[in-house]
Amino acid sequence: MKKLLALFSLLAVFTLAAAEPQVANLRGPLDLTEEEEAPRMAREVNDDIRTDRDYPMAAPTIPHKIDGYQIDLKANKCLSCHNRQRVEESQAVMVSVTHFMNRDGNFLADVSPNRYFCTQCHASQLDVDPLIDNDFVSMDELFDRAAESH
Amino acid sequence: MKLTRRDVVKAQAAAAAASVAGISLPTQATNLIASSEDNRIQWDKAPCRFCGTGCSVSVGTKKGKVVATHGDQLAPVNRGLNCIKGYFLAKILYGRDRLTQPMLRKRNGKYDKNGEFTPVSWDEAFDIMAEKWKATLKAKGPDALGMFGSGQWTVWEGYAASKLMKAGFRTNNIEPNARHCMASAVAGFIRTFGIDEPMGCYDDLEHADAFVLWGSNMAEMHPILWTRLTDRRLSYPHVKVAVLSTFEHRSFDLADIPMVFKPQTDLIIANAIANYIIQNNKVNTDFVRQHVNFRKGMTDIGYGLRPEHPLEQKAKNAAKAGASEGIDFDTYAAYVADYTLEYAAQESGVPLNRLQELAELYADPNRKVMSLWTMGVNQHTRGVWMNNLIYNLHLLTGKISEPGNSPFSLTGQPSACGTAREVGTFAHRLPADLVVANEKHRRFAEDIWRIPEGIIPGKVGAHAVLHNRLLKDGDMNCYWVQVNNNMQAAPNMNEETYPGYRNPDNFIVVSDAYPTVTCEAADLILPTAMWVEKEGAYGNAERRTQFWYQLTQAPGEAKSDLWQLMEFSKRFLTDEVWPQDILDANPDYRGRTLFDVLYRNGNVDRFGMDEVNKDYGNHESEDFGFYVQKGLFEEYAQFGRDHGHDLAPFERYHETRGLRWPVVNGKETQWRYREGYDPYVEPGRGVQFYGKPDGRAIIFALPYEPPAESPDDEYDLWLSTGRVLEHWHSGSMTQRVPELYKAVPDALCYMHPEDARERGLRRGDEIKVTSRRGEIRTRVETRGRNKPPKGLVFVPWFDASQLINKCTLDAIDPISKQTDFKKCAVKIAKA
Repeated sequence: MKKLLALFSLLAVFTLAAAEPQVANLRGPLDLTEEEEAPRMAREVNDDIRTDRDYPMAAPTIPHKIDGYQIDLKANKCLSCHNRQRVEESQAVMVSVTHFMNRDGNFLADVSPNRYFCTQCHASQLDVDPLIDNDFVSMDELFDRAAESH
Repeated sequence: MKLTRRDVVKAQAAAAAASVAGISLPTQATNLIASSEDNRIQWDKAPCRFCGTGCSVSVGTKKGKVVATHGDQLAPVNRGLNCIKGYFLAKILYGRDRLTQPMLRKRNGKYDKNGEFTPVSWDEAFDIMAEKWKATLKAKGPDALGMFGSGQWTVWEGYAASKLMKAGFRTNNIEPNARHCMASAVAGFIRTFGIDEPMGCYDDLEHADAFVLWGSNMAEMHPILWTRLTDRRLSYPHVKVAVLSTFEHRSFDLADIPMVFKPQTDLIIANAIANYIIQNNKVNTDFVRQHVNFRKGMTDIGYGLRPEHPLEQKAKNAAKAGASEGIDFDTYAAYVADYTLEYAAQESGVPLNRLQELAELYADPNRKVMSLWTMGVNQHTRGVWMNNLIYNLHLLTGKISEPGNSPFSLTGQPSACGTAREVGTFAHRLPADLVVANEKHRRFAEDIWRIPEGIIPGKVGAHAVLHNRLLKDGDMNCYWVQVNNNMQAAPNMNEETYPGYRNPDNFIVVSDAYPTVTCEAADLILPTAMWVEKEGAYGNAERRTQFWYQLTQAPGEAKSDLWQLMEFSKRFLTDEVWPQDILDANPDYRGRTLFDVLYRNGNVDRFGMDEVNKDYGNHESEDFGFYVQKGLFEEYAQFGRDHGHDLAPFERYHETRGLRWPVVNGKETQWRYREGYDPYVEPGRGVQFYGKPDGRAIIFALPYEPPAESPDDEYDLWLSTGRVLEHWHSGSMTQRVPELYKAVPDALCYMHPEDARERGLRRGDEIKVTSRRGEIRTRVETRGRNKPPKGLVFVPWFDASQLINKCTLDAIDPISKQTDFKKCAVKIAKA
């Protein structure tokens, strides 16, 4: 399996390298002076499927559309489903208990005002594939690798 | 055959699928990690890699890898919170295409400007660099060399770079990208107060009764400070938030007084508020009498374009843009008398009642006001003036230098303050607010640096935008870029930046962790260790200096910028770079390398390896044989101690979550210039603006002047560029984090629905955004987080495949030399 994996990554490198002697991968092989068709605007993922977090403190991404959600001085649409008193009706995930703590670490009766603007930490995801893969290794994977080598 | 961007994506997706297939299923029987040893994560602190807020982050490592990051609960800045970028910090180290070895453009085994990038050893990389540097020095002298660093350099990296350029190569042609970012804030501080950086601190956010955003989208660009501001606004109903911008953005969601103004009319609004304060007898006369002088600034100062540009030919006072003359209060009052709120409403398009509410926030003596600003004010051809005009309002009312009364200039980069400003990596600066043009300052620096008198040149070097012009013109031929992506970030890419980098006369070196578009335009790429792959120090916007340890190893042969600078310095002998007469007078300095005289000078190398914390790696010190970071920091700190810029001893910063300078008798300073808070204020003075010889700050009389380029019949829309919450600057790190990429994958052109309709466009249509200088292809967005008024479009610049700086104009503030990225004229048509 490892050999196959190595072969595949080598293949990927070759495909990249053979195309053009260029390095700026976020542009693909496009010359700096050229312009290519702009990617179509992608759909917002709306499948409501929760995904694993790589570590417990990572802010979860939003698995549904939030296009047009109002979060301002007058209203917060997210909290209308995710606040403590709303989850029975909505069956949505309650906001984390950390969100009831103020700056000094004291628990409040309601969500702390410094957590009011949800989109500062949570973003919905568009239906696109990453341009560049990320080789971040989660602690679970490290743990598995250690177990394998025993 | 050319692959499209999507083909590349597909190739990578195939590889990704294989790697998923290769991962074995979990082997543990239980679903909990039972062993406490296996369950343990090593936690350390580090300031966030991104913005100038300077949040502290808890970084979790396991088996040499960074496996988690979260907000540091002990940090006063962010108290356990991070923004979305901060939560995914761990992943910025692991983009698959990290650069791991030097790469040189070669053909037939030799360097060739048009050759292909070929892996080479560090030795070969430094060999060709030194060859080019020496040939250029011989042919043209030191001013044909240049260096472009950043507000993301660590404190010691910026310091080592400044020494190498100013003392080693004897040129002041060193600039940080911070020139694009807060040079106008610096010049504003120096003009008004005679000393750089805010007098207040973030604690003002918990004390103010009103917040005024003068061209800052804090909700996206300083999210954690925005959480503190939001906390204050929502917890205390009397608090008001006023937001001024040329388009509606996320910060408007909290605005009690939302104001969209016509570009450049912020100059009128600020003057009208000053006039309102005077007309309504709300001037704090005691304060003004004791602590303020009045001056009238030079006008008709041009736009810093190339000298042959018609606008520069026309400008009368471009050569003395920063000049001013003393006036009295009455003259000032008469000067602003024409700026009525009615006039401001008419010119700016902001309703009169909102301007009245805004003016009253400043005028009301019982309301503590915090003004906040970033790029809307600084990236402005009259940015220094705008900084001065905002200070005017706080000085007229005495609302300054105390909790909650605070004109606060926010910074964009993690060490724009700590490195670019405090270390002074600008063409005109030395550490601790000293300047190269002042002979006494140069002598002082030469003394600390233990180098012969006369080594540091007095001629102010070229500023950032001028670098690109000099490269294009072939006057600057060797150029080294570190920690930034200036091909993507600098204005007018087609006419200035790109021709400069690809000029066959020039040799361009780029140090980066990832292959950016700047790397693409380079001749030599150096792989760089980033963030917690080295021991570092940053200084944030509230004067807080923060340290971190090296927590993991950089991949492959990547080395820190500091290592690269110091290693390169070994390739030069003083005899090759310093003038004969100085060496004749100082024969001890003959035959020594720049490494010897700059870093092995008995000062930087005075702390041994025994002082390095054994629990952490330190790849630079291990290579050089002494505690490099401590030596550089302690030498640098000599500049500021007892001069209003006191830094604590090195170790204390590893123990604390940072300290705000001046740190006097072990105590940090929260509010400067006010007795009781600031130890530098003489007893009995109450308030003392000690940056000025007489202790008085300056209120400036400055008018409205038009922007460099405005829409006309053909180019009929304003273009403003900027950032988005999910991506840091040019996206070279955050575009490689899947969660952040998928949140905002591509740049879009935000425009008013009616502007779209008039051009036959609908949301999602592909368009060309075209200026007189270049064009990009992008898509129309008529909804979403930014809502421009009719006549203006917004395009963010994080996207490497949509380089919006092909369109922007290299007009700058003639005083600060900072580019105006917020105003130029474009047209839009279906692609």
